[in-house]
Amino acid sequence: MRVLTFVRRNLVVIAGTLALGYLLLPNLVVLLYSFNKPVSRYNNTWQEFSTEAWSDPCGAPGICDSVGLSLQIGLLSTLAATALGTLAAFALARHRFRGRAGVNSLIFLPMAMPEVVMAASLGTLFLNMRIEFGFTTILIAHIMFCLSFVVVAVKARLAGMDPKLEEAARDLYAGPLQAFVRVTLPLALPGIAAGAMLSFALSLDDVIITQFNSGPSTITFPMFVWGASLKGVPVQVNVIGSAMFFIAVLLVMAGQLLGNGRARRKS
Amino acid sequence: MSAEQAAGVTLTGISKTFGDFTAVQPMDLSIPQGSFFALLGASGCGKTTTLRMIAGLEQPTAGRVMLGDRDVTSLPPHRRPVNTVFQSYALFPHLSVQDNVAFGLRRRGKKQVHKEVEDVLELVELGPLARRKPAQLSGGQQQRVALARAIVNRPEVLLLDEPLGALDLKLRRQMQLELKRIQTEVGITFVHVTHDQEEAMTMADTIAVMNHGRVEQLGAPAELYESPGSAFVANFLGQSNLIAAEISAAEGDELVLRAGDTKLTLPRDRMRATSAASGTKVLAGIRPEKIAIRSRSDEAAVPEGHNRLTGTIKDASFTGVSTQYVVASPWCPELAVFAQNVESAAGLTPGAEVVLHWNPAHTFGLDGDQDADAGTGEDAL
Repeated sequence: MRVLTFVRRNLVVIAGTLALGYLLLPNLVVLLYSFNKPVSRYNNTWQEFSTEAWSDPCGAPGICDSVGLSLQIGLLSTLAATALGTLAAFALARHRFRGRAGVNSLIFLPMAMPEVVMAASLGTLFLNMRIEFGFTTILIAHIMFCLSFVVVAVKARLAGMDPKLEEAARDLYAGPLQAFVRVTLPLALPGIAAGAMLSFALSLDDVIITQFNSGPSTITFPMFVWGASLKGVPVQVNVIGSAMFFIAVLLVMAGQLLGNGRARRKS
Repeated sequence: MSAEQAAGVTLTGISKTFGDFTAVQPMDLSIPQGSFFALLGASGCGKTTTLRMIAGLEQPTAGRVMLGDRDVTSLPPHRRPVNTVFQSYALFPHLSVQDNVAFGLRRRGKKQVHKEVEDVLELVELGPLARRKPAQLSGGQQQRVALARAIVNRPEVLLLDEPLGALDLKLRRQMQLELKRIQTEVGITFVHVTHDQEEAMTMADTIAVMNHGRVEQLGAPAELYESPGSAFVANFLGQSNLIAAEISAAEGDELVLRAGDTKLTLPRDRMRATSAASGTKVLAGIRPEKIAIRSRSDEAAVPEGHNRLTGTIKDASFTGVSTQYVVASPWCPELAVFAQNVESAAGLTPGAEVVLHWNPAHTFGLDGDQDADAGTGEDAL
């Protein structure tokens, strides 16, 4: 009886904890197996505790090169997609021009299309244009699919913004550039940041499009893992995966703390 | 408007069309410097568009905008010494109250803004809230921040776009007095757009009544109220009884009108119709509070020379300070009469036969070719 009452009172908390556990369980398994010392090439049965892989994360040949490449492509494609996508979102949200509705749905298309179709058609395009597969082709492909997400995120933010604010800025002696920098940009920033974060995450873990558009010497981290999974995943993959998870958690927490601190100081 | 009074804002032949919709018909308007000027009209009459053309947020299709003796027609909004208080306030949500207020000063390159910001927040009584964000303020406080943000720049002209529209009645009354006080204190020309005739009359020195993109009449509140120039103004500003009549004779300074078999007199200088020839159709107007009501049995007591109408009370409603009667007379189906509750009004109940009378000097005459109901009902908001 008592147990039942407890469950009824804390139903939301229990359901929430279960859902969160469901979401994070894979990460825990990855973390756990990063401390494994497998006997075969396959790291899927628990043998013994070891910090060997953590002390030598670059131990598997080529793994750190692939992480470096992924980070490089992730940063560059995020920068380019965020800049282009923000401009496109402003054009779509603030200006009425011919073909606006068409552009709106075309922008959405890369998000809706199966990734493999886009990957294959891009590959065909590069092949026919005789562009050598490698860093550039991966970068172009990543910028392309990230763009839509940035446009959608920024546009949503702009839609909730009173256009009268820009008029007020102009009325208060701010020229077009000043009005943009002082009022429009700061207000659109959360949308831009969300788009950028999404871009980086998408670029960092993309396999399919990268697979179709990479050269023989450009192996990104997801491609490395994909390739390794056929012949045995080294423990270092678990180490780098766990490290990425912790870095992401730390960044989010830092952002939260910073935001809270600022809010408290202002009030 | 006297010639020696310097013009704060002059609009010459200004008009605005959006596609094939004409928001503002070509018009001339001169707003004296330092005055509290109201643009009054129903929604969609072009008053806000006119305001936005002064601010530079809208380019006029034709005509010129002058501030003082400077032509600013082609200047963008940020180069005009004009500030606006927007209807939605448009406070910058990411900036604190003091940064909102300092925005205009900083854009003009002022480094030391603290003193000025503090003073103006003092003026609008918001000093202690300087560090808050707009979202942490009530509607009335936000309104005052919007006002402070504009007047801190000491603009030549302050434009107010229905700034009190979002406030409740009590706060609105309070802010009306506050605005008037601040205007007297800072001495800036205020151009106030509103659809609330009472607000316009309380605050403004001069009112321009706008209708369908045109200025119907311009003048001091009392002047507009006492001698409206059109049926729209007569009905939109307060309430009017308009009786269809025609001119039957001219006697010295007075015109004699006939409405059915009733004779009404009207001072010649209160006749707005262009023609005063016999037979001209006119509307004879009288404000409800100018009419005295008496029981028919009491008719002998009506002063000599007063205009009089007979009728039957259709409805009487007691409102405290006054009683409002609706009287049906053969020549006008619904006459409104407001009687002060000074003496007891025995026998003045629905169905009673009454005589209405008033001093002919209060009558005003309008052109008979217009719709006597213009400016009432839906038209008037």
